[in-house]
Amino acid sequence: MRSQFKNTFNFLNETGDIARFTGRLFKEWTKPRQEFEEFLRQCYWVGYKSLPLVTITAFIMGLVLTIQSRPTLVEFGAESLLPSMVAVSLVREISPVITALICAGKIGSGMGAELGSMKVTEQIDAMEVSGTNPFKYLVVTRVFATTFMLPVLSNLSNAISLYGSYLGVNIRGAVSWDLFWTQVFDSLSFGDVIPSLVKTFFFGFAIGIIGCYKGYFSQKGTEGVGRSANSAVVVASLLVFIIDLIAVQITDLLGLT
Amino acid sequence: MTDAIIEVREINKSFGENHVLRDFSMDVNPGENLAILGKSGSGKSVLIKCIINLMKVDEGSIKVFGEDISALDQELLDRMRARIGFLFQSNALYDSMTVRENLEFPLRRHWGKEQRKKGAEQAVMEALEDVALSHTIDMMPAELSGGMRKRIALARTLILRPKIILYDEPTTGLDPVTAREISNLIIKVQKKYSASSVIISHDMNCIRLTANRVIMLIDGKCYANNTFGELLNSTDPKIQEFFE
Repeated sequence: MRSQFKNTFNFLNETGDIARFTGRLFKEWTKPRQEFEEFLRQCYWVGYKSLPLVTITAFIMGLVLTIQSRPTLVEFGAESLLPSMVAVSLVREISPVITALICAGKIGSGMGAELGSMKVTEQIDAMEVSGTNPFKYLVVTRVFATTFMLPVLSNLSNAISLYGSYLGVNIRGAVSWDLFWTQVFDSLSFGDVIPSLVKTFFFGFAIGIIGCYKGYFSQKGTEGVGRSANSAVVVASLLVFIIDLIAVQITDLLGLT
Repeated sequence: MTDAIIEVREINKSFGENHVLRDFSMDVNPGENLAILGKSGSGKSVLIKCIINLMKVDEGSIKVFGEDISALDQELLDRMRARIGFLFQSNALYDSMTVRENLEFPLRRHWGKEQRKKGAEQAVMEALEDVALSHTIDMMPAELSGGMRKRIALARTLILRPKIILYDEPTTGLDPVTAREISNLIIKVQKKYSASSVIISHDMNCIRLTANRVIMLIDGKCYANNTFGELLNSTDPKIQEFFE
């Protein structure tokens, strides 16, 4: 019972700390001397370096989803709806969430470990001593880089997964390139694309803020660095699902479903 | 009125129940090399982190160049820090940057774009020549030995030509030969730049070679304040413990 109270207290305490950390992010962001060069460097790391992983996963996701959905649709004589069904599933839900989870694993853990090791080896203190605001240089740039790059990666993932789906459709059927894409675009509306795009900004923000928070407050030497990286992935992945749940409720309330 | 470049007055610093510094006072004079000697966990590193305002004191005041360091706003504090070099115990070199980028990093804040364009290369080379490691300019910190990393960290400390240099255990973890080289470098730097230094160390050889004066920090207080030779000849058992 006592440990349950302790866990609840720790959870609430950490939630409060993350909220304060987020508040500090916006406060520091408005201060002069923007670290634009470092922001671009982080965009390169977050975006370009995640590209191969996102591309391969998206392709397999589109292909597998198509192959596995076909038998059910065939049973109901709705095989012709396969491109439309897969397109809506991928664009609205699967592609953004899977991209976010991959990024939570790759980027979130990377940030947690990098900032954590900088903390324990006094590199963050050295930055402060040399007159650079470490929060702004390390945290603000990384959080905004993930916020802006995740929608880009998610859109790319949409395109690649749909291409995988096109190949999946043609393994057992024969649908032309033009017909496939006509069916895909006919089935999608702004109500599908925009909410999906908007939520990826929040996914990116959550991954960045959790990765940086865990790393920035890393303690207990190298053991702490490992723990920071690990919990950055766990918490960021969980947050992705929570944000997704909230996003679904909002789009439902707005009548965009 | 005092000429001291650093004035520490009756500072107290605690971490929970652990009272690290108790009414500690000291002065550092211009051009002086002051060593602070004490057991592990006695608050030596905390003291120099307070001097550069990386940590705040609970009570008391610290004046550097006559200005209360805790009263400065961020802009003035950054300018003040440009005049103070800090050599970290762990070297704190940025792993993701080359030696050149590590050395250029402090310049990006304190030098304008034009000044950097014209003078950064020369400043980096000069700092590297001071530590005799010009050939490592494009290497990554991970490619360097422990002693080399320490010297590069010292070069980064020197790049803004500080008037005060704070050394946090500069020879810890190094073999005796490299430790001696670092001690000689400290003396060379002090002579070349006429900087004042505060050296935190347990290394008696380093202290013997570099320090003009030694403060012994015991139980958070200044237990003794004298030259190395005087302390060596002291009959006080607490002081003798360090020399045995």
